[in-house]
Order: sequence, then C-alpha cells, then structure tokens
Amino acid sequence: MSDSTRAFLDVRDLTVSFPTEGGLVHAVEGVSFSIERGETLAIVGESGSGKSVSAQAIMGLINRKAGHISGEVWLNGQNIVAMSDDDVRKLRGSEMAMIFQDPMSSLHPFYKIGAQLSEAVRVHQKVSKADAKAQAIDMLGRVGIPDPKSRADTYPHQLSGGMRQRVMIAMALINSPSLLIADEPTTALDVTVQAQILELIASLQSEFDTAVVLITHDLGIVADVADDVAVMYGGRLVERANVDDIFYRAQMPYTLGLLSSVPRLDQVTSDRLDPIPGNPPSPINLPPGCVFQPRCSYSHLVGGTTCEMQRPELLQINADHFVRCHLDEAERVRISTEVTHVFHGGQA
Amino acid sequence: MSAYVVRRVLSMLLLLLLLSLVVFILFSILPTDPARLTCGKACTPEIIEANRHRLGLDLPVMQQYWEFLKGLFVGRTYAANSPDPINCSAPCLGYSFRRREEVLILIKDGLPTTIWLALGAFVFWMVAGISLGVYAAIRRGTWRDKTVMSVSLVGYSLPSFFIGLLAIFFIIIKWNLLPYPSWVPPQENPIGFLQTMILPWIILAILYAAFYMRLTRNQMLEVLGEDYIRTARAKGLPERTVIGKHALRAGLTPIVTAAGLDLAGLLGGAIIIESLFSLPGIGSLAISSVNDSDLPVIVGITLVTATFIIVANLIVDLLYAAIDPRVRLG
Repeated sequence: MSDSTRAFLDVRDLTVSFPTEGGLVHAVEGVSFSIERGETLAIVGESGSGKSVSAQAIMGLINRKAGHISGEVWLNGQNIVAMSDDDVRKLRGSEMAMIFQDPMSSLHPFYKIGAQLSEAVRVHQKVSKADAKAQAIDMLGRVGIPDPKSRADTYPHQLSGGMRQRVMIAMALINSPSLLIADEPTTALDVTVQAQILELIASLQSEFDTAVVLITHDLGIVADVADDVAVMYGGRLVERANVDDIFYRAQMPYTLGLLSSVPRLDQVTSDRLDPIPGNPPSPINLPPGCVFQPRCSYSHLVGGTTCEMQRPELLQINADHFVRCHLDEAERVRISTEVTHVFHGGQA
Repeated sequence: MSAYVVRRVLSMLLLLLLLSLVVFILFSILPTDPARLTCGKACTPEIIEANRHRLGLDLPVMQQYWEFLKGLFVGRTYAANSPDPINCSAPCLGYSFRRREEVLILIKDGLPTTIWLALGAFVFWMVAGISLGVYAAIRRGTWRDKTVMSVSLVGYSLPSFFIGLLAIFFIIIKWNLLPYPSWVPPQENPIGFLQTMILPWIILAILYAAFYMRLTRNQMLEVLGEDYIRTARAKGLPERTVIGKHALRAGLTPIVTAAGLDLAGLLGGAIIIESLFSLPGIGSLAISSVNDSDLPVIVGITLVTATFIIVANLIVDLLYAAIDPRVRLG
C-alpha cells in the first residue's frame, strides 16, 4: 500500500462537483499537486476558484451525499477518497488538521477553550480527562498564549481575534498531525497580528515537521512562507511551480495578472493598479474553452478560436513548473519577462 | 447574579401588582353584576341591593381593589355584619359566591390535575419534537425530511378537539382500548391514572410537538451551517457528537424559551383538553366560571396564570445564562 516514490500528500486529478437546482457546480476539476513533510504549498486564487473546496475535499469535510468527489488524495500512502467516512474521520484531527479563516466564528461559543482542546485530544487518544486538560494547557502555552492555565477556563468571546486564531492553531496541532491545512488563516486578522500568526505556524511546522497547505489570496504571504505555489482559477490548477518560478518566471496570463494587481509602494511606472478585467466564471456555466479566456488579454495572440473552444492541457515546462495555456512557449516567456520585470521594479 | 435575581423578583412583584389592578378594573367595568348572581330566581331588586351592600360591591372600584389586596395578606371577611359572615383566610384570592368556596381552594383543587396533564404532555412533545426536528434537519431535503415535515403540518393544523373527539370515539367507545376517562390522582390508582391521562397527554402533545419539531429543525439547520460545526468535524469528532453535543447545545436557546413559556401557559389550564376528557383542572374551572359569570374565580385564575408565566420568564432568562456564557445577567 505505502509507496516509497509517492509524496507525503499526493493529490491526483481531484474533481469535486455539487448537483444543485441551477445545474451541476464544477467546483474543482482535475487538480493535482503534491507536498512533502516540512514543506509549504500555497494555493492561490480568487474567491470561487475552488481552493477551499479542494482543501475540504482533502480533509474529507465534503458531505458525499451533497458533492461528488473523484480522483485520488494520498496521505502518507492512504487514499482518502477511497476510504470510509469513519476512517477519514479518524484521520481528521490526528493525521491532518485544518484551521479556518474566521477565528471569531470557528470556536464553539458555549464551551471553554480548554474543554474544546481536551475534546480534540480525547477523540484520538485514550487519556484521562486530567491528562487531556494538561495537554491542552501545555499546547496553549506553546502557541504563545500567556497564562495558559487560567486562559483554558475562558470562553472564546473573552479572547481577541489573534488569540482565538492561536487557540485554533493549538487545537489543530494538539495531536501532532503531519498535515496542516490553513484556509486563509490571517485574512480576518489585523496586519500586525498576521505576521505573528504566520511566524507561529512556521515555527510549529519546523518543530513537528508538518506539511502545510496554505490557502491564501495574499501574494505577499506566499512570497514569505511558501516553497511551492499552485494557482487556481475556475476550479482548475492553471499554474504550479516553486515560489521563485512563480514570482520571476510565471507564464500563465492569470498568474501574471495576479502579480500585476498587487499594490506596490515603490512602483512609479503607473499611478494606479492594474487589475484583471472582468469577473471569475460561474462554476455552473464554465466557458467551453480555456476558463480564463474571457478575461485574458493575450488570447488574441493564439489566433483562431482555440482559446474559446479548446480546454488547454497542463503543460510541463520543467521538473516542477506546470502551466495551462494555449500560448506557445516563446510568447509566454516574452509576456512573462515583460510583466515580472515591471513587477520586480525594473523599467518597462 | 443574586442581585440580578432580587431585582428581577422585585420587578416581577410590581408587574403582578399592576396586572392585578388592570384585571380588577377590566372586570369591574364588565356589564355582569356580581350582586345579581348572589340570589336565585326569586329575586327582588331589594335583595340584590342588600346583597350588594353586604358584600361590599357598592364600594368604589379602587376601594374594592384595596380590599382585595388587603385580603391577599391578612384575609378578609365578607358580610361581616350579617348573621352568617364568610371568612376567607389569608392569602385570600377572593370568594366565589356561586360555589360558596374560596377561590384559592378551588384553584388548589384543580391545580394537581392540570400540572399532571401539562407535565406529561410536555415530556411527550419535547421528546418527539426535538428528536424528530433533529432527524429532519440532518436528513434535510430527503423524502424522510419531507415526510416528517408534512406529518407535522397535519398535526399542527388539526384542532385538538377534533383529534380528541376522534380518539375518544374510536379508542374508547368503539374499540374499548381504554376505559372512559375519569380523573384519579396517581397516588391512589396509578394504572387508572395512566389510562385516563395517556390520551390527553398525546393529543395535547401533538399540537406542541409539531411546533417544536419545526422550531428544532430550523434551529439545527441554522447551527449546522456555522463555522464551529465545521471545526468540530475537522477535529475528527464523530457525527453523533457533532450533532448531539455541539449543534444541539447551540440551537437550544430559543427552544428553551418557547418551552418555558408554553409549559407555564399550560399550567393555567388546557381548556379544550380538560373539558373533552372531563379532567377537573384549572381549564375546566375556568370554562365553567366563564359560563357562570363567576368573576372572582376568573380574576383568580387570570392572576395565577399570569404569575406562572412571569415566573417562567425569569427561569428562562436564568437558563439562558446557564446555556450561553455570552449572556451576562445584570
């Protein structure tokens, strides 16, 4: 069963769709990526790009009666998609854990935080209540909560947003999972607190040798913490590469568009941002060709109706750089140099 | 916390005082003449006037109210100067000249029946309503959910006198499954008590269960979409813990409020069910007092029922704070 060549987390051809009254929602289509322990993969994309749904599919949090999941999600040699609900449940919180965007609403308002942490311990470990409580207090201390012993007896509403996110992290990591999925963990927090939380995740990651999947739309965070980057658009992976290739040699027009829409204080070449025109596609009614084509400012370079009519394949450029685009390589490199040059402060 | 309770109890007493005044004034402006009801068919205006004076009914309303309030604390004597004065010992809630009995004693006699009826029905409807509501919520959109919801709609729309009559006709008269209801206290004849009460309990519970099922389902659907439920699942908790502990606890607050007030309201008598099954409770007392224009009894029942509801309100608020730590009393 365990395959020595398989990555620690290996997602292959993950597809998730939800039947609704308006039609079939193609939330995620054919997404593949992999990550080893100790590494950080950032999944980047706009709202509705399928990044959170992918994460929830990996965690087994998608109700299989509500959504159809196909493909493979191998965690440490076990295929989660093929496992029973109860077997996946046993992995949740022990082998893989998740923290969410809004720490204000992600903790149960009626239970003390110590109780919520010890509950997480006692689902997966056969320990006494006192032991679980001690572990909870210890973990609260490790995520930097001052006076953890008395804080364990407080309710979530008595803590600040940053403190609550620390509690969420403590709860996620209390059973030392080897995979941590962080779904926009800092979006709801103050900027000053964001850095502390990211630092905390990074330090706990190296301590526990955790694989981290970080979902974000903030390219600044990506540049800081990610080893690899997967860019998603319209439920598809449109570009995947290591962090340097994404920032210096990205080739997919959508990735380049994201890079150009980052506000920069040192930019003098233009007095306003360069946002991507248009809106993300409806997941019920995807364009028949490249899902990004309606917003792409380079599709005229391909010629004919290729971009409108044909789904592009994910092309491998080098060992770990993949891109989904109909443009030929020379054009992609030319555009890439143009955009990244400007982005990194050069003169256009 | 205890300061809060003291403050709430004081404002409760004030509310009751105001309420009694309003009730007293309302009933005093009714066209019904209590003095007229004190003498039988062979009545002359002179006897009515004599009785009116004898019973203090010729005094101004505020003075009558004052006598009533005083009677609550020190008791009172009606027709003190006549050869047969009527003593009503404290707390005197009034005297029914019609029944020749103190109102408080009449209510005390009816209360056990009503309490048994209300508590039994309460248990039935809470168990059925909450469990079916949770079931429908976790099976949302399936035929099971739709069946439960349709059945609840039927239960909600059928008047209880209709179901009650059907039950009496088929179960008691036609099929002889149960003896004809006659009230016996449970300590005297537990089996007879259960045989009498089972139908009233179920029929009273059907109406409430339908409402609580819908309430619970809506609450659960709302709570199940909350982020902390997703967190509970992400922790790897089994689904029964997610539903039974995390979701139900969070969805409970409005159910507790409704339950407290509904139970208190029922303690004021379930008029239809009590009449239908000949249960000598507060409801039967109320309906016959209305038929007889027996004002003192109606005033007494109104005040006792109001007290139940006001007390239930306080208990519900205290329970709120016990359920939800974000609620701060004060």
